[in-house]
Amino acid sequence: MTAQLEYPGVQDSDALLSIEGLWKVFGPKAQRVPRRPDLAALDRAALYHQTGCTAAVRDLSFDVAPGEVFVVMGLSGSGKSTLVRCLTRLIEPTAGSLIFEGEDLRAADEKRLRTLRRSKFSMVFQHFGLLPHRKVIDNVSYGLEIRGESKPDRRRRAQEVIDLVGLAGNEHLYPEQLSGGMQQRVGLARALANDPDVLLFDEPFSALDPLIRREMQTEVVRLHREVGKTMVFITHDLSEALKLGDRILLMRDGAAVQLGTGDELVGAPADDYVREFVRDVQRADVLTLRWICREPRPDEPLDGPELGPDVLVREATRLVLEADRPVKVVAGGQLLGVIGDEEILAVVADTN
Amino acid sequence: MAAITSDMEIEVRRPRRSVVVGVLLLVWVAAYFVLRGVNTLVLGGQETTGFHDWLTEHRDDVGQGNAFFDAIRIAVDHFVVLLQDVISQPSFDRPVPVIGWLGVVAVSAYLAWAFGNWKVAVLTAAGLGFVGLQGLWQESMDTLALTIAAVLLSLLVAIPLGIWAGLSDRAYKVATLVLDLMQTLPTFVYLAPLTLFFAIGPAAATIATLIYAAPPAVRLTAHAIRSVPPESVEAARSLGSTRGQTLTKVLLPMSRSTVVVGINQTIMAALSMVTVAALIDAPGLGQTVLKALQTLDVGVAFNAGLAIVVLAIVLDRVTTAAGDRPWRTASIRRKVLLGAGAVGVLVAIWFSRTYVWAAEFPSSPNVGSRIAVVTSDVTTWVQDVFGGFTYGVRDAVTNGLLNPLEALLTGSPWWLVTAVVVALAAVLGGWRGALPAAVCLLLLVATGVWHDSMITLASTVLATVVVVAVGLVLGVWAGRNHRVDTWIRPVLDAGQTMPPFVYLVPFLALFGTSRFTAIAAAVVFAVPVTTKIVADGIKAVPVATVEAANSVGSSTWQVISKVQLPVARRAITLAVNQGLIYVLSMVVVGGLVGAGALGYGVAAGFAQSELYGKGLAAGLAIVLLGVLLDRVTQAAARRTGQFKGRGEKR
Repeated sequence: MTAQLEYPGVQDSDALLSIEGLWKVFGPKAQRVPRRPDLAALDRAALYHQTGCTAAVRDLSFDVAPGEVFVVMGLSGSGKSTLVRCLTRLIEPTAGSLIFEGEDLRAADEKRLRTLRRSKFSMVFQHFGLLPHRKVIDNVSYGLEIRGESKPDRRRRAQEVIDLVGLAGNEHLYPEQLSGGMQQRVGLARALANDPDVLLFDEPFSALDPLIRREMQTEVVRLHREVGKTMVFITHDLSEALKLGDRILLMRDGAAVQLGTGDELVGAPADDYVREFVRDVQRADVLTLRWICREPRPDEPLDGPELGPDVLVREATRLVLEADRPVKVVAGGQLLGVIGDEEILAVVADTN
Repeated sequence: MAAITSDMEIEVRRPRRSVVVGVLLLVWVAAYFVLRGVNTLVLGGQETTGFHDWLTEHRDDVGQGNAFFDAIRIAVDHFVVLLQDVISQPSFDRPVPVIGWLGVVAVSAYLAWAFGNWKVAVLTAAGLGFVGLQGLWQESMDTLALTIAAVLLSLLVAIPLGIWAGLSDRAYKVATLVLDLMQTLPTFVYLAPLTLFFAIGPAAATIATLIYAAPPAVRLTAHAIRSVPPESVEAARSLGSTRGQTLTKVLLPMSRSTVVVGINQTIMAALSMVTVAALIDAPGLGQTVLKALQTLDVGVAFNAGLAIVVLAIVLDRVTTAAGDRPWRTASIRRKVLLGAGAVGVLVAIWFSRTYVWAAEFPSSPNVGSRIAVVTSDVTTWVQDVFGGFTYGVRDAVTNGLLNPLEALLTGSPWWLVTAVVVALAAVLGGWRGALPAAVCLLLLVATGVWHDSMITLASTVLATVVVVAVGLVLGVWAGRNHRVDTWIRPVLDAGQTMPPFVYLVPFLALFGTSRFTAIAAAVVFAVPVTTKIVADGIKAVPVATVEAANSVGSSTWQVISKVQLPVARRAITLAVNQGLIYVLSMVVVGGLVGAGALGYGVAAGFAQSELYGKGLAAGLAIVLLGVLLDRVTQAAARRTGQFKGRGEKR
């Protein structure tokens, strides 16, 4: 893995949501853990042994750009669900700053926080969190109801989002009468009904069957294209992360292990943990030509076909194998490198 | 190292516990023969101690004239009288209540239909019609009025408390502690202290009832709120709900069916208490039963007892149906029908205010007197034909088991009994058992009714042994066999909803007035709860564990004795605990049918003013016995739990 990719980092100025030094520690006198460097440096077991505390989120800093799908990935217990709850202070962070559209969320009082939750953020939950005593349409319009909108208004809006997520015709059923996938569509519609700026997803599809899960992922991709919301998406499923995420934050024991695009994680894993994590990925579906091109050898003809650096390996396979000379990878008229059969085969036939 | 020592401790101690218990009992019996009759603290029926006289003298100092208690008494009294005016007593210068029987039947059936379904509406109409035909309309309505008053007041306090305990962990802990204690106390003991504050009469009866009936509503409301899935609450918060919105739009609607179960239990508890409260002059069916029991008129007692049973069934079925109603809102057809029904109800009320036949329940045909006569005849016949047998069983048990046990308890010096019981409690439950045992027994001595307490204890212990034996057999059977379970459970449920009072009647018919009658009634009263807990415990044993035992070729008996019972032992100790509490409450009520001792002491205290203090002391002694038995079995249960915990670590 040669190329050191420069990532177009999001500048503070244009970040929608900016997180800096965020901590969440559970346990007695949790406050002291982030403050004291000696405690902050301890690993999970040592920290628990010494203080009785568990750090679910450790010193995280990242920015989320407007319109971005930001995925947080990690195994269970890595703190990702706690993190997403800290973003809207459903769980109160222990330390750090949360800036949303230039406003310090940690300074917001109860009332301001409610206003933000009513209009700016929405959340979709793993086990849906629907209200069993309300019909689909009343579940969807719950958020509108509590912010005091009139019944005709909220009916109209609820109907719009119900149509949008493909629930039309089920408005007057109760959640228990729907399948898991359909129930999560209700959760999705409820989150969209408020017309929020940011959608937070907490492992929304983990409880669903694989086929339904894929369908719902496609649905999210479609929605993102249509409504263009910023999304923070929590998952433990790497293929889901790679499919949806513009950028992925990989967490372990509450701390960040690597932050980058999907092909960066696969192409340039930060450490053995990440390497192990991405081992079973179909690399041809994730890596782009940028990651596998090499310097042309002196004897090689340079009149082969040209491809861009962001073409997926899978998509380039046929062309490269059929060409009788190396394919050139060109960006902006500049030759980045060439790709021959062996480079393609190394990825496509990759068994690791 | 530490782990190894504690493991070895278990290995050594487990066989030793039963040996220690055996040795203790042997030493006790040996000592009994030496010390028989010394320091036994006998107190004759009309005798009192200085403590009792002091209580009697100061009887009026607490409540009478105290503005606070008087205000409560008057308010409650007015409320009860208002309800009685509406449905049971002549009122507002008319010789009949505001709503006559037709109106009451119509309103009740309509409510049953609106909150439940048409089946329970039919049941309600039939049930009320039946008690009317029994010639007990007014008594039933008095009982109903008192029950309704107590339940409404009780819920007014209990549901907010339950919500509080559901939302706050600290309130939950305190509530659990208090409710646990309250639920170990038999109905009986609530009466005496309340008469101290609110004088004898319907007000004290209602207040006693509302206190006795509150715990299930508090407990189940708290439980319901705590078991709402956290994600639903979180979802509501994430959308910006205020705390009030979360409560009214999420927590309460989602708790509804469990809260209704709590209301159901509160109503059933209130009904039992209202009938027992006849002892302090509460009007209604309880009075009829009580008077008949005192005159040994089995026929009349049975007729009134039957009416209580019918009321219990109706109230239970209606509230259960209300709890089972699904979330869905009513269909348009149902709404139209409900509207039409409301009109019908108004017409029925108008009839019941206009025509005498719809106001006063027709006195003929009087099914009640027929029932009473037939019951008396059957009783006489049974006593003639089986008298030899039933009385034989009674005498055999009394002479063979009860008398020796009672002699041991009442004939030993009080300090010997105390020492042995504390030692037993220490062996079974550690200091958590020994300490409360010592405190309770010493206080028992101080009450001056030690002798009576030991008689009651003897009956309680004997009945509990039978209850546990029967409960284990039935519980294991039902726990292992699904068909038995589905068949037996409704019977047990029905058994548990009946007020303890009515259990006495059939046993009185079979065995006459005796201690054995109370024991038999107590056994039948306590078996359902014990069986259910055992069955649930056996069912909770993981299927895989049982399959594993079967796969290595265990016989059925081996599976039961080596796998299911040991794994379910926590449930079994709980079953013993609940069995004891139920038995105690029934044995005490049995004081009314010849069991004497503490229960009789309490009843006599209400009847004869010079024995008031002694009755109060007897009530206190019942509390102490209850706490003693509960603490020791709880401590023993905790110990069993500890063994399990340590064993698992291995």
